[in-house]
Amino acid sequence: MTPILEVRDVKKYFPSGSSRVLQRPTGQVKAVDGVSLSLQKGKTLGVVGESGCGKSTLARVLTRLIEPSSGSIFLEGEDVTRISGSELRRMRRDIQIIFQDPYSSLNPRHSVGEIIATPLRIQKTVAKSEEVGRVKELMHLVGLNPEHFNRYPHEFSGGQRQRVGIARSLALNPKVIVADEPVSALDVSIQSQILNLMQDLQTKLQVAFVFIAHDLSVVRHIADDVAVMYLGKIVELGPANIVYGHPTHPYTKALMSAVPVANPVSGRKIGRIVLTGDVPSPIDPPSGCRFRTRCWKAQDICASNEPELLDRGDGRVSACHFPELEA
Amino acid sequence: MTNTTPLLSVRDLHVSFKTNDGIVKAVDGVSFDVANGQTMGIVGESGSGKSVMVSAIMRLNFGTDVIVSGQILLNGIDLLALPESEMRQVRGRDIAMIFQDPLSALNPFYTVGYQVAEAYLVHHPKTSKAQVEAIVLNALDKVGIPDARKRMKSYPHEFSGGMRQRIVIAMALINQPKLLIADEPTTALDVTVQAQILELIDSLREENNSAVMLITHDLGVVAETIQQVMVMYAGRTAEYATVQDLFDTPSHPYTQGLLRAVRSFDQSTRGSLVSISGTPPSLINLPEACAFRPRCSQEMGPQSACATQRPELRTIGASQSACHLSADEVSRVQREAFSK
Repeated sequence: MTPILEVRDVKKYFPSGSSRVLQRPTGQVKAVDGVSLSLQKGKTLGVVGESGCGKSTLARVLTRLIEPSSGSIFLEGEDVTRISGSELRRMRRDIQIIFQDPYSSLNPRHSVGEIIATPLRIQKTVAKSEEVGRVKELMHLVGLNPEHFNRYPHEFSGGQRQRVGIARSLALNPKVIVADEPVSALDVSIQSQILNLMQDLQTKLQVAFVFIAHDLSVVRHIADDVAVMYLGKIVELGPANIVYGHPTHPYTKALMSAVPVANPVSGRKIGRIVLTGDVPSPIDPPSGCRFRTRCWKAQDICASNEPELLDRGDGRVSACHFPELEA
Repeated sequence: MTNTTPLLSVRDLHVSFKTNDGIVKAVDGVSFDVANGQTMGIVGESGSGKSVMVSAIMRLNFGTDVIVSGQILLNGIDLLALPESEMRQVRGRDIAMIFQDPLSALNPFYTVGYQVAEAYLVHHPKTSKAQVEAIVLNALDKVGIPDARKRMKSYPHEFSGGMRQRIVIAMALINQPKLLIADEPTTALDVTVQAQILELIDSLREENNSAVMLITHDLGVVAETIQQVMVMYAGRTAEYATVQDLFDTPSHPYTQGLLRAVRSFDQSTRGSLVSISGTPPSLINLPEACAFRPRCSQEMGPQSACATQRPELRTIGASQSACHLSADEVSRVQREAFSK
């Protein structure tokens, strides 16, 4: 089956620093450095990693909000990497985004009705006379009171605002929604409400999600497949239950063991791997394996050879010279 | 609680703000004790009054539109009655604070060495330059800043988030305070760095035998680092218990809801997540009765005590809980949902 969304070897380098004399950048931040992914209709791909690993840049590249430096993006088998103008506008119907911060992603001077109707007006998919009806339908769909379409964002709580953001992303019946940390700004009790909503909508509308988060338990709950990123690269990718059940990459393992467990007995620091140091700078990433500077298994080969993403025989790939394979 | 005088004792603390829309009761009658060497946790959603309460302990938010009443006793001395000049001596020396965002807690125009030294010099003005340098160096070493001699001449922007938080911790601990207040110290950090910082705070607490108050919204962090927990809701104490009792036999319906929400994450099934319906109430014109009633799954109806009386903290099972439900009713819910 053709995947609904596929990316092949996508890279995004940002120029960094500048020499006063030559007026041109002196270095590059390799924010996303060769990522390949695919996503099937109605499924969810979770992307996890620490801040600075390139998750959000990937989200923006996927939606063509920023241009990739190289690589290609396919939407339903069609190459959309270089399209522009009216073609690009048509593509935007099929792929939409939900942003992290429900406070800054809604225009405070527009009523939520106008906010949700904006994609409809730009794309002219709905006649003017039916606009209000469609907006109310969307508000109902995401669990907002349709009578509130005249209200302004400040009159809503964080969770309700995120529902507005979701309604806006659904307005054009997209096939793929990229959700960039959609619940990290919300309280725990509200997070569950939003995640339940997203799962219900997926069942109802068969929309596929790329779900980006730093919270591993959130991703575990919602994702079919999970990709773990470190410094612009995928280090492990596979079905969520397999990756979570038995991580093979040391970074995945450390990341999972660092999550505090809400249980005072079983939780206390059993087998906790505390990584030393911080994520290195993406301007000048370590040679070979990028994780080697924080890895307890690193040897000489890790500095000289970059590990490839290799199939581990259970539908998952990981990039490590010394993977934690089952005995 | 112990028989000796606790280090910090907060009695019936109220903090309200006058706004154009009415009076916001951010903290509404909270009492608790912290003993020497103890780690106490304060948990609650955003807007539950956690940060306002700890700022009040440091007397940091006393503008003209703020009304504070109650007592904050540090070793028996009421901080609310101290003149500002004496309060200044308390801040940093007896009580120190770590803030959520390490970048905005540091001044971008000064080197970190200067800022850490300043925290020391305020309380030890007659120290020689060489001595201060040695003390700062030692403090930065202790919190795990590699190559501290060189790095103390760097500016905050040259450090990562985790390193900045270490500097803020070094600053807070340089006078060996008796009480360290950490307001969401790891919320802005990644999980791998969070683990490092929590271990650091705990080991430094042991070394100095200081007490720590940790404010967080993350129940996972609570389970791993804390002994006593206070759960706050809408400026009031909902439940107060040891961490073990709180997780094993939560008594307040709000705590139960939070734990169910968190635990449903930890199961790998893709079923529906448990959530608490509704949203936290506005703190303006809060009802005198139970503030959690509109979201409560066990609310007993509009004629019951839930709707007419404010629940006081009382002993239910192993916890102190502010709920009108009878002890039998509470233990029934605990058996159904939380038995192992």
